Amino acid sequence: MLKLPMRNALLAFGIAALGALSAPASAAEHGAAVESRDWSFNGPFGTYDRAELQRGYQVYKEVCSACHSLNRIAFRNLSDAGGPGFTELEVRALAASYQIPAEPNERGETTDAEGRPLMREALPSDYFPSRFPNDNAARASNNGALPPDLSLITKARDGGSDYIYALLTGYGHEVPAGVTVNPGQYYNPYFLGGLLAMPQPLFANQVTYADGTEASIEQMAHDVTAFLTWTAEPKMEERKSLGFAVILFLIAFSGLCFLSYRKLWHGEH
Amino acid sequence: MSGPSTYVPKSGFARWMDTRLPIMRLAHDTVITFPTPRNLNIWYTFGGILAFCLGVQIITGIVLAMHYTPHTAMAFDSVEHIMRDVNYGWLIRYVHANGASMFFLAVYIHMFRGLYYGSYKDPREMIWILGVILYVLMMATAFLGYTLPWGQMSFWAATVITNLFSAIPFVGEAIVNLLWGGFSVDNPTLQRFFSLHYLLPFVIAGVVILHIWALHVPGNNNPLGIDVKGPQDTLPFHPYYTVKDLFYLSLFLILFAAFVFYAPNYLGHSINYIEADPLVTPPHIVPEWYFLPFYAILRSIPDKLMGVVALFGSMLTLFFVPWLDTGKVRSARFRPTYRIFFWLFVFDCFVLGYAGSQPVDGVLFNTPISLLLVARIATLYFFLHFWVIMPLVGLFETPKPLPDSIAKPVLQAAE
Repeated sequence: MLKLPMRNALLAFGIAALGALSAPASAAEHGAAVESRDWSFNGPFGTYDRAELQRGYQVYKEVCSACHSLNRIAFRNLSDAGGPGFTELEVRALAASYQIPAEPNERGETTDAEGRPLMREALPSDYFPSRFPNDNAARASNNGALPPDLSLITKARDGGSDYIYALLTGYGHEVPAGVTVNPGQYYNPYFLGGLLAMPQPLFANQVTYADGTEASIEQMAHDVTAFLTWTAEPKMEERKSLGFAVILFLIAFSGLCFLSYRKLWHGEH
Repeated sequence: MSGPSTYVPKSGFARWMDTRLPIMRLAHDTVITFPTPRNLNIWYTFGGILAFCLGVQIITGIVLAMHYTPHTAMAFDSVEHIMRDVNYGWLIRYVHANGASMFFLAVYIHMFRGLYYGSYKDPREMIWILGVILYVLMMATAFLGYTLPWGQMSFWAATVITNLFSAIPFVGEAIVNLLWGGFSVDNPTLQRFFSLHYLLPFVIAGVVILHIWALHVPGNNNPLGIDVKGPQDTLPFHPYYTVKDLFYLSLFLILFAAFVFYAPNYLGHSINYIEADPLVTPPHIVPEWYFLPFYAILRSIPDKLMGVVALFGSMLTLFFVPWLDTGKVRSARFRPTYRIFFWLFVFDCFVLGYAGSQPVDGVLFNTPISLLLVARIATLYFFLHFWVIMPLVGLFETPKPLPDSIAKPVLQAAE
C-alpha cells in the first residue's frame, strides 16, 4: 500500500478537491446576508409539513396570486403524495372555484352573445390560471415590472427558501442615506440593489387561517415560502426516501465487495 | 491482446465461432486473462469508474431525449415536465446532471494519477494522447449539454463560449455564425447543440475503445513505474481487478448518490432555473466547476485573441507532455524533485479554479490582493510547469534507486 506521507498528501488533495467543489456556490449575488431558518424540509430526513403547505397555499391564493402566476402547478398536484395533502374531493372543489377560458363551443364560438369570452370551472387536471393574459398586461399593471412566475422561485434564487422568507419579511427597514427610492420602487435590503417594484406584500392578519394559527407576517411568510419550496421541488420527499434506500444498499454492497476483495487478494498484495 | 492468447473454446459452437468471428477470444483476452501488474492502487480504479460514468450518461441521456424538446419555446418547459410528470424523471435528470460532475471528478483524478506515475512515458504516449482527446471531447459534450435546459446560464454560457471563436482573425465571424446557425444564439443553435450533444458520446465511446486498445499493447503502468518482468509480477484481470474495481466503484457511487439524492442542485447555478432571456444579462456568468481553471486562464489575459490562444494552448499543451517530461524514471515515487512540482501544479489548478469562480474584479479572501493578479500568476505557472519545469527537472534530477521487480517489494511487504 501507499507510503504514509504520500497517503496524507493524497488525503489533503481530496479535502482540497471538496473545498474547490463548493467554491462556485459561494458566489452570492444578492443583497444583505440571509439568515438560515430551521425549515421542516431541511436535512436528509426533512419532509414538508402538510398543515404548513396548506396554509402557504392559502397565502398564495389570497395574496401572491394577485400578481404572480404559478404556471407549472396543476390543481391535481395539490393532492399528490409528498405535497400539501389535500384530498381529491377538496382539490375538485378548490379547482371549481377558479374560472378559466373555455374551449370553443359546438358552434366554434369562443365568446358569448355579449362578446365576453366563454369561461368554465377549472378541473383538477387544469393548471393554475395566470392573473394576467400575457406578460405585457402584467407589466402594465405593475409599473412596468414583470412579477415572476413562482413555480420555481425558491430554486431560482441564491439562498433559496431562506432568501424568499427574508425578502417577504424584509420591508420596513429605514432607507440608508444615499439610496433614492423613486415612485413605484420599494426598499428591501435583501433584494439585489435594495430597490424592487414589489410593495410590501404581507400585513398581519391579512388572511384568516382555518386552523386558528395566528396570521403574523412571519407566520405567513414562513408558510408561503414552504409552499413555494414544494412547488419548486415537488418530488423532494420521494427523492430523500429513495436516496436513503440507495445509499444503505450501496454501503452494504460495498461491504460485501470489500470482503470478497480482501479474501481474493489475501497473500497477493 | 498483449502476449499470446490463452483462450480455449469449450463448446462446438464456440470453436465454430472462434474461426469465424473470434469475439469470445477478444473478450477473454481483454477482460479475463489480461495480465495486470499486481501492485495497482486505488488511483488505478478510476479507469473503470470512468467507463461506468460514460455508460450512465449515455443511458440516462437517451431516456431524457425521449422526453426533451430541443426548441427555444419548449426546452425549459420540457425539462420541468421531466422533473414533474415523467415517472422518475427527476431521478434520471439529476443523475445525468450530477453524472457530468462525477465524470469530470473521476477524469481529473485519472489524469493527475497519470501525471504522478508517469503513465504517459514511453511506450504509453498514444494512451495519453487518446486520453487528452477524450478529455477535450468530454468538455465539448458537457458544454453542449449544459445549453440544453435553456436556462439563463445555459443561454449566456453558450453566448460567451461561442463568441470566443470570433477572436480568430479573418474567419472568426463566419465560424461564429456557423456555430449559431444565424446571427445570435437562438433556436438553430439549440437544435444543432442537441444534435451534437447526442452524437459526441458515441464518438467518445469509440475513442475509449482505442484508448483501451492502446493500453493493452504495452499493458498497465504501475505505481513503481518499472516494467513487468514476468508472470510473477502480474495477476489476471479477472477476478483480481474486476472485484477491486467493483469495490471502489461502489464507494464512488455512494458519493454520487449523496449528490443526486441530497444535494442535487449544489453543483449547479440557481439562475439556470430561470428561463433563458436574451434581453437580461446575468450579473455574474460562471461555468460549471470543472471548467473554472480554464475560465480563469481565459479571463487573465487582457487581449481577447490572446486569451483564447491561452485557453486552447493550455489544452494543447497536454498533448506534448510525453515529450516535455525528459525524466528517465516514470513514477514520481522515485523522483523527489518532480514530486514537489507535481503537488505545486495540483495546487496551481485549485488556485485557478478558485479565481475562475469569483467575479473578475474580486480580491483574494479579505486581503487587498487582486484575484486577477493571482489568476495571472497561476496562468503563467500553468505554462511554466509544462514547458520549463518538466523538461528541466528531468534533466537535472537524480532519481532514487528503482526496485528490481514489481513482485519483490510487493510480496516482501505482504510477509
